Amino acid sequence: MTTLSDPPRESFRLSMLLNDTRYRSYTFQFIALLCVIALFSFLGYNLVKNLQAAGLNISYKFLGETSNYDINQTLIDYSSQSTHWRAAVVGVLNTLLVAFLACVTATIIGVVAGVLRLSKNWLISKLMAVYVEAFRNVPVLIWIIIIFTVMTAVLPQPRDFRGENATASMWFDAVAFTNRGVYIPKPVLESGGMAVVIVFLLSIVGVFAYRRYATKLLYATGKMLPTGWPTLAILFVPALLTYFVLGKPISLEMPVLAGFNFKGGINILGSLIALWFALAIYTGAFIAENVRAGIQAVSRGQTEAAASLGLRPGRIMNLVILPQALRVIIPPLISNYLNITKNSSLAIAVGYMDITGTLGGITLNQTGRAIEAILLLMAFYLAISLAISFIMNIYNSKMKLKER
Amino acid sequence: MSDTHQHSIRFVRESMLPQQEPPATERGVIKWMRENMFSSIPNGILTLIALYAVYAILSGLLPWLLNGIWDAPSIRACREILDGQTGGCFAVLTERWNQLLFGFKYPTHLYWRPTVAFILLFIAIAPVLFYNTFPRQMLIFTALYPFVAYWLIWGGSILVPIFALVGFGVGYIVYSKYVAQSFAMGFFGGIAGALVTWWLTGMIPVEGVLAMEAVPSRDMGGFMLNLILGTVCVSLSIPFGIALALGRQSDMPFIKWICVVFIEFIRGVPLITLLFVASVVLAYFLPPGTNFDLILRVIIMITMFASAYIAEVIRGGLAALPKGQYEAADSLGLDYAQSMRLIILPQALKISIPGIVNVAVGLFKDTTLVSVISMFDLVGMIRGPILASTEWNGVYWELLGFASFLFFITCYGISQYSQWLERQLNTDHR
Repeated sequence: MTTLSDPPRESFRLSMLLNDTRYRSYTFQFIALLCVIALFSFLGYNLVKNLQAAGLNISYKFLGETSNYDINQTLIDYSSQSTHWRAAVVGVLNTLLVAFLACVTATIIGVVAGVLRLSKNWLISKLMAVYVEAFRNVPVLIWIIIIFTVMTAVLPQPRDFRGENATASMWFDAVAFTNRGVYIPKPVLESGGMAVVIVFLLSIVGVFAYRRYATKLLYATGKMLPTGWPTLAILFVPALLTYFVLGKPISLEMPVLAGFNFKGGINILGSLIALWFALAIYTGAFIAENVRAGIQAVSRGQTEAAASLGLRPGRIMNLVILPQALRVIIPPLISNYLNITKNSSLAIAVGYMDITGTLGGITLNQTGRAIEAILLLMAFYLAISLAISFIMNIYNSKMKLKER
Repeated sequence: MSDTHQHSIRFVRESMLPQQEPPATERGVIKWMRENMFSSIPNGILTLIALYAVYAILSGLLPWLLNGIWDAPSIRACREILDGQTGGCFAVLTERWNQLLFGFKYPTHLYWRPTVAFILLFIAIAPVLFYNTFPRQMLIFTALYPFVAYWLIWGGSILVPIFALVGFGVGYIVYSKYVAQSFAMGFFGGIAGALVTWWLTGMIPVEGVLAMEAVPSRDMGGFMLNLILGTVCVSLSIPFGIALALGRQSDMPFIKWICVVFIEFIRGVPLITLLFVASVVLAYFLPPGTNFDLILRVIIMITMFASAYIAEVIRGGLAALPKGQYEAADSLGLDYAQSMRLIILPQALKISIPGIVNVAVGLFKDTTLVSVISMFDLVGMIRGPILASTEWNGVYWELLGFASFLFFITCYGISQYSQWLERQLNTDHR
């Protein structure tokens, strides 16, 4: 009888660290670790040396000091007596505002352009192709500057609106386009106005509840409830009723020309509009391509199969094509949202006070705390993008094709 | 025809009638328009709206373009010539042409140098872009081009680029000598060889030996700066991107972890913050007294930025390869370096080409951001010295239109090339 046994275990030799694949990876990792440590200690040593020479230190105390500068657009209370921290928060909110507006607008533009590009209408699809190519291939910074120039150099000054023979006039006496920004009416809530808003919010919830109920009923009994007009009714009727019952508690404050400028209403800054629309049309071109690719990715057989089941074209789109196309469209769509958020830092080129303009701009210049300010700035953007990619990972794993 | 009907039918045609033309609505332009533009009422309405939009845009644009003034010393002179008519004032382009291309500080009598470098660029990249058409020997010139271009644009002693080249040469010789034993040995040996050569040659005084007039980095500007940043950063970031992508796929946890942190960090922050780092923070992290010029710092930062994105593209390519390819390479007995070099990377890079080109186009567009940290690239020149001058204050559309036009041709050209290349590389037999 023969017995098979393992070959005698080799004793460990030093040369095995280089030649034996079992140990070589440890050697490499150890070398890499040493390199990283060396690099960081080199940088850290230089940093300490340089800070000492300049008589500086790393400290975040400057965030608690008075900022001494004004911000032209603030969503929360802020004055030049507030702290630098408050200024940074104002900046964060401004970033989020422009990013949100641009994301919504870009999605609308992108979806419309992407669908129209697949249109059978030759002229329309060619026009959309021109739009996509023209906007994708020119830097977004140039688009921002172009729209900003329109807002500041082309639009009339407020004083052009006054007098008998004014060269400019307001739209419906409500909206004024001036080179100091666009003035729109501002809704004013009087007593009871809040109730209308709450009723409206509740009716939005109601719409979702109704749609859920309709779907459930459809799956359970096959009975189909109409969704079009009940949605509109649930959305508007209760809010309008409350509005009139409570005696019109919401009114509009119109912008009025007073002195050299408009008073009242909401002033949307030219820089905000420039950033908003430039980001929206630029990213819209990318989204249009994603949408087109997504729709084309659904094979023709799907459409034909759905048609042979007897579905009508509208239902084929809603029930068969879109759910499959969305799986392809949404991941790049979300990374486009991320790009919008990151590109909104270009605000600094047109003087819109986002986080890069407040914390990375004026605060940095006033306090000279470059390292701290830029670290905070990076941390903010990093947090946003990590949060968004976290959401995207969840979505991807949820939407992953369950193949057997 | 049978005989039975002969008496009942009076006339039987014996020859075929000539074919009639299809009805007017079913042929030529009208048919095409009916099918492609007016197939239904909503479609017709859309077409009419689109036609109106095209008319509105063209009727605004064409007089402005065709009626433009190309020769005037200032915007006031321009307006006098136009005398109230619509027309662009393109004289700013002709008058400030050199500033737009080279920036306002580059010595006027040296403009021929970047121009020659620009023309040579095409000769250098031609064998790379169209590898089937041009002889392979031209790749030697491509390898020499960076050194030639550096010498042409920056000037100074010719010994500097030659020593740099010698360093690379020594590194390559060491590499090819040791690569047969092990890739790692050849690779690190080559790097060590190059570094030693540079250190040795660095001690030789080069001042004024065969020197052209030197131009400092801060004098670079205009579209030239965009091109320099774009080409240098893209070409540098591809090897770094490959290394990062391989590192991210690696089995070694520590190396994988470094690469993941680097890639995710860079991709998470906007380029502008990295440029701020280059302009205000980076100096704190370098040994006291090092004088590092701004262009070099910006190139380092943009290269880091681009390599993180390229790494993600290449990782996609690596992940798209079927697992069988990796296993096949292993079963042939190839080690890691060989299997990557010979089997995996050629296929993965081919898949990633469209993505890499997208990153390159995006990066080239992003080079305009350097105007934010007060470098005078094309956009910086327009917003700074040109629009601020008394002669041309207010000539927005001509300048911005010109800038968009330059970027459009370049980026559109690159993306068309990549589509062509994709068709060329499509070797699967379908």
